[in-house]
This record gives sequence, structure tokens and C-alpha cells, in this order.
Amino acid sequence: MIRSFSALILALWATGSTAEEMRLAVTTSFDSSGLADVLLPAIKEDLDLDVQLLVVGTGQALRLGEAGDVDAVLVHSKAAEEAFVAAGHGTHRREIMYNDFVLIGPATDTAGIADAASAADALQRIETAQSLFVSRGDDSGTHKAELTVWAQAGFDASTFDSWYRSVGAGMGQALNTAAAMDAYVLSDRASWLNFANKAELALLYSGDPALFNQYAYLPVAPAKNENVRNDLAMVLEAWLTGPRAEALINGYAINGETLFVFNAQPK
Amino acid sequence: MTQMFPLTLDQVLVRRRGKAVIGPTNLVLQPDGPTIIIGPNGSGKTTLLRVMHGIERVTSGTVAWQHNDPSQHAFVFQSPIVLRRSVYENLAYPLRLIQTPKPEVAQAVDHWLERIGLADMRHSPALRLSGGERQKLAIARALIRKPQVLFLDEPCANLDGHATREIEALLQEATAAGTRLVMSTHDMGQARRLAQELVFMLGGKVHDVGDAETLFTSPANKELSAFLRGDIVT
Amino acid sequence: MLQTFFEQTGHPELVILSAQWTLDIDWLLYFTRKDRIVFVPQQSKCTASMIEILEGLKAAFWLVITFDAELWEISLRSLRVTLTALLIASAIAIPLGTYLAVQRFRFRRFVISLINALMGLPPVVVGLVVYILLSRTGPFGVLDLLFTPTAMIIAQVIIITPVIASIAHQSMRELWAEYHDLLISLNTSKRQRILTLIWDGRRNLLTAALAGFGRAIGEVGAIMIVGGNIDHVTRVLTTAIALETGKGDFALALGLGFVLIGLAILVNLAIHTLSQTEREGRW
Repeated sequence: MIRSFSALILALWATGSTAEEMRLAVTTSFDSSGLADVLLPAIKEDLDLDVQLLVVGTGQALRLGEAGDVDAVLVHSKAAEEAFVAAGHGTHRREIMYNDFVLIGPATDTAGIADAASAADALQRIETAQSLFVSRGDDSGTHKAELTVWAQAGFDASTFDSWYRSVGAGMGQALNTAAAMDAYVLSDRASWLNFANKAELALLYSGDPALFNQYAYLPVAPAKNENVRNDLAMVLEAWLTGPRAEALINGYAINGETLFVFNAQPK
Repeated sequence: MTQMFPLTLDQVLVRRRGKAVIGPTNLVLQPDGPTIIIGPNGSGKTTLLRVMHGIERVTSGTVAWQHNDPSQHAFVFQSPIVLRRSVYENLAYPLRLIQTPKPEVAQAVDHWLERIGLADMRHSPALRLSGGERQKLAIARALIRKPQVLFLDEPCANLDGHATREIEALLQEATAAGTRLVMSTHDMGQARRLAQELVFMLGGKVHDVGDAETLFTSPANKELSAFLRGDIVT
Repeated sequence: MLQTFFEQTGHPELVILSAQWTLDIDWLLYFTRKDRIVFVPQQSKCTASMIEILEGLKAAFWLVITFDAELWEISLRSLRVTLTALLIASAIAIPLGTYLAVQRFRFRRFVISLINALMGLPPVVVGLVVYILLSRTGPFGVLDLLFTPTAMIIAQVIIITPVIASIAHQSMRELWAEYHDLLISLNTSKRQRILTLIWDGRRNLLTAALAGFGRAIGEVGAIMIVGGNIDHVTRVLTTAIALETGKGDFALALGLGFVLIGLAILVNLAIHTLSQTEREGRW
């Protein structure tokens, strides 16, 4: 019995792969957009490079880079990224593309944000109505963007009452929570479009430049330790800022709606 | 074979939770047997056997063999302990422990299976055996290494007459084959049938020891004669 | 309440009755005024979740019968990681549990309490500790094991070893009480005692191991942290379920959940069958 069991386990392990591998920490919003499923096969085809994605919040992605556990990060929180480079954790910051954040809420729009003048105005209306609001609360790029808009609206989110629900979870989990509670939530457009459990929720407000969401690529400093594959990170950066990536990113659409705008500057 | 006897118990005392279960008491066993230990419940028969076998530690005193070889004595418990294995594997177990070659194991086990009439059940789980069959198995398992001494703690308690007779036959054969028996029993008839030497325990001490024939016919004191008569003795 | 319910549904001719609702006189009066009354038992939020579960079953069914390549891959990886972890954990826990049953030593009680306490260790904490140890800046960083199946195995071994050891110790203690006198009498060595108990208690130990398997195959917190849920590398059934839940695709998540349960049942049956055939041969 022990012999057959061991044989079974050995059989299960018999696999092999030859391509080069690198690890890239990306935000949940990037992954749930579905763009990765388009880009990764193209990268494998062009570069014979297996990019292993670690899908985490921006905060954790930067922590992984800081520890040298990934070779590069692709995140969306400019201030945190600049601090990351300044602290010597990353070699540099390269902007790749952007999309935007949108305000989601119950289709009945109890706070009436659909005709708000700005994102800050929309949040003020939610605060006035004391409507349920779900916050990511996980130090992610989306969370930081949300806090920035609250600040623009003149509020400190940490002082809110129980209508403000900080769930400490990824984008999908936050959307699930909002769907269950008929609450407002700030999401990136890609995650929202790809989200399957919309229930009574609807996209209520978007378009304010304050909701602009820039993604940037940061190779982790090779000085961290000898296992960091900066060479592969640089190869990937060249590809991500090149013409094939541009075509794929600008051409990526869900239900006919394009999600990302490529804006990498040639070096 | 080196002679293990005499076995000398000198001022043996066994205390459990502060209470003396045995002794202090003395006893010398000579090479000739069988020795049958009798005495009322709680008189220390079981503990005495365990002390002699070396599976119970003494609180004070000494247990000395002329020459001790633990592999040369075996023990049969009152309620037989059977391994959760087949009948065959139960018998093979003591031999396997001492790295006996496979053909020898098979030969010895087959012999004993025949002898105790369990050959047909060799592959059944031993736990399926009846009480009498289990005890026969336990005795065969104890004898399979051909020990010089066999201790038995009331092996026929709870068994019917038929099983008791079979077991007594086994024990007589073992004696004839040169195994020295030391056995406790409650059954005075069994004691008369098997004993050459008789030990009478009372209150944790060896009260009398001597030739069985003599002690049965003319008990040396009133406690023994009362016990043999069937009176309650404390 | 019923009144508003009618207004909301927009179908005044359709009366929906839930089993939880109590009928009172007013409602009865209301009913009599209606010319058509349709009873739909148990209609409420329950039905929505029932549909979700049915969708899940459907998704599981299609995934399995179409031999979905990705499902195969992650199911095999789940098995691979968990069975390997199980083998390692059993190799540690079973002798340990047996040793604790057989041997008395000074800190025995303490060790047993420690093992029982470790059973309650939250997997996330195990994951975090393993992450810190295996991180490239951590003490075992040079091994470069983070975000590999090996890291997941390490975490699972830590999680299930106490479970198996504790259950093994429990049943070995009972068996030892049964065997104690005989094994002492036969003058066995410590090693022989432990081996005898392991062999004769193997079916109880199998139960202990299967409890460990159940805990490991369904675990998500620790392996998410140390494995990273990387597609084609460290994605297993549980992390895939977490991912699909995150995407709001409850049907697929549930479908994977049913596959996971099916897999666990299969493994249990397979192991039992293996031990069964083996027993027939022996006994």
C-alpha cells in the first residue's frame, strides 16, 4: 500500500518546463480586468518567458518587491511607487497605461450621485445621505485613490460612522460585499466590467479626471539579492512598452468597451 | 542450556499508591515443577507472578535468578491479549521479534496451529476467536519460543470445562517437554491435577510452600486447611 | 407588509406565500378579494441561492465531463501538493504520536498539550510565518522556495502534522493500553513496540491521516500566502475558488467546490480500497 501510494505521488510530480520564469506582482484590479490573459500568452510567444503573476493589493505588491520576492511590480499608486523607487527598492518607475475608476452603487441611486458635478461632489452626496459605502480598506491602489477623493471632498474617511464599511479585501470581494448590501463602492472600470455578480448594482458616476488610474511598471532593484532576475524584468519592460503591447492593450475590450489606454513614453 | 533456577525472592515488597500489595516476603523456586500458586482474591498471586517474570518492579527486596535470560521465560495473562492480526501472525510474532528465519517461523507456526486445532482459522483475525481459543492461542504463542519457564496467571478463569481440559493437556505436554510451569489458579481441582509444588499466598505474603501432595493431604496450619476446605480466609 | 410586497412585485394577481409567514385574518380577507391566488412554496431569497447552487452543480458537471484542461491541471496540482504534504506529515506525526503513547518522559504532558494547541493554529498565521522564513530576505531565502508548490507543501505539513499526531496519539494510547503487558512480557525493544503499534493500529492511523488530508486539501489561507495562486504554477482548487469568488463568478466557484468535494471523496475511497485489499491478503 505504501509503495503504491509513493508511486502515485511520484507520478503526480512528473512534469517539466524549460522556459525562463520571472515573477511579477500585480494588483487585483489589473488581474480581474482579464488583460493578463491576453498579454501573458503573447509574452510567452514573443519572449519565451513565463511570467508568474502574484495577484495582491498594491500595498502587498510593493512589500513583495521590497523583500525581493518578485522581480518587478505593476501597480497603480503614484505616491507609493515614487517612495518605493526613492527608497532604493526599485530601479525606476515606467508608466505603461491607464484606465479609470468608477463609482458603483445601487441602481436606485439613493444618494443621487448620477448627476454629480465631480467625483468629490458624488462622495459628498453619499456622505450626506449616509448611504452604505464599501471601502477596500486594504492599502491597495484603489483604496488609496478612494481616500484621495474623500480628501478632495473635504472628509477624513477614518472618522466615518458605520455606514462606511471598510472590508479589507480585494476588488472582487469588495464588489461582492457591495452587491450583497446594495452599497456604493469605488472600483476600477475593468474589474467592474468583468464582475459577474452585479446583482442590483450599476455604474453611476465616472469621467472625473480625479478618477484617472495610472498603471506603472517598477523593476525591483537587483541589489536586493542574487535571485532577483533584473535581466528578465528589463526584457519584459521593453516588451510592455513596445508596439505589440500597445496594440493589445488599446485593443482590449469587454462588451465593445475599451478599458485601457496605452501611454508608455519611448525612451 | 544454562540452568536458570533456583529463583530466589528475598524480602520482596511491592507498594502501589502507598499500600503494600506484596510482602515483604521470601520464596525460593527450585528447578522442579510445576508450581501452583493458590490463595484468596487480593492475596497477591498475580503481582507475585509479574514480579517473578520481571514486568512489575519491586519497591524493595531482590528477585534473583541463578542465571536470568528474559527470552527464556514467557507469560500468559488471565484475559488473553491477542494482537489485532491473523491467528497465524499472532503465533509468528514472538519469533519475528528475534529475527527467526522465515521457513523456521512457518514450520513452528504450522506445528502449533495443528496442535491447538486452529489450522483452519489461520488467516482469520484472532479477535474473532472464542475465549477458549484465544487462551490456547496465547499459550501456544508463549510456548513457541520454547521457553524454560512459563508463568500463567489463572489461564482457565472464565473458561468452560472443555476448554479447561484442552489447556491442561497443553500444559502437561509442555511440562513433559521440559518447560517449568509457575501458575496461579482458583480451581482447587486444577491445582491438585497439575501441582507438584504448592504455594499458598495470604495477605500479600507466601504463607506456605512445599510439596503439593503433602500440603493437600495434611495442611500445615489452620489457614491453609480452612482455605482448602473452601472457607473464607483473610 | 404583504401589501407592499404586492406593489413591489408588480403582479397583484400573483400571491407569493412563504412558509415562514403566518397567516392572520387581514391577510385572509385580502386573499378572498383576489380572483387568482398562486401558491409558490418557499419562494424568497432561498430560491435565489438554490438557483446559485444548481448553477454550481451544473458548472461542476460540465467542467468534469468536458475534461477541462485547466481543471485537470489545478486538480492534479491540488492532489500533488496535498498528498505529498500528507506523506511527509504522516511520516513525522505517526511515529511521534506512537512514541508519545509508548514512552513516558518528563515533558510528555507538555508536548501533548502543545500538539493539541497547535491543531488550532490559524492557517493564515502558518502561511505568514512560512512566508517570512522563505522570503528572499528571510533565513531560508537562498533556497528560493517562495511561491513554489514546495512552499505550499511546507505550510500544509506544518498545519496537518499536529492534527495527525494528535489523533494518532489518541488511538495509539488505547492500543498501547491493550498491548502493554504482552509487549513488555515479550521483552520487546522500543522500536519493536512502536512498529507493532503502528502496524496493528494502521487502520486507525489511516483515519488520522485522512483527517489530515481533509484539512490540507480544503486549506486556502496559508497556501494563498506562500504559493501566491500563480496560474500554472501554484494555483490549486481552493485558491482558484477564492479567485472565482473574487470575480463574482459564484457558479464556477461553487462548481470547483463540488469538484473539490468529489476529489476528496475519491481519495478517501481509493485509500480505503487500498487498505481493504491489503487486509484481505493478510488476514
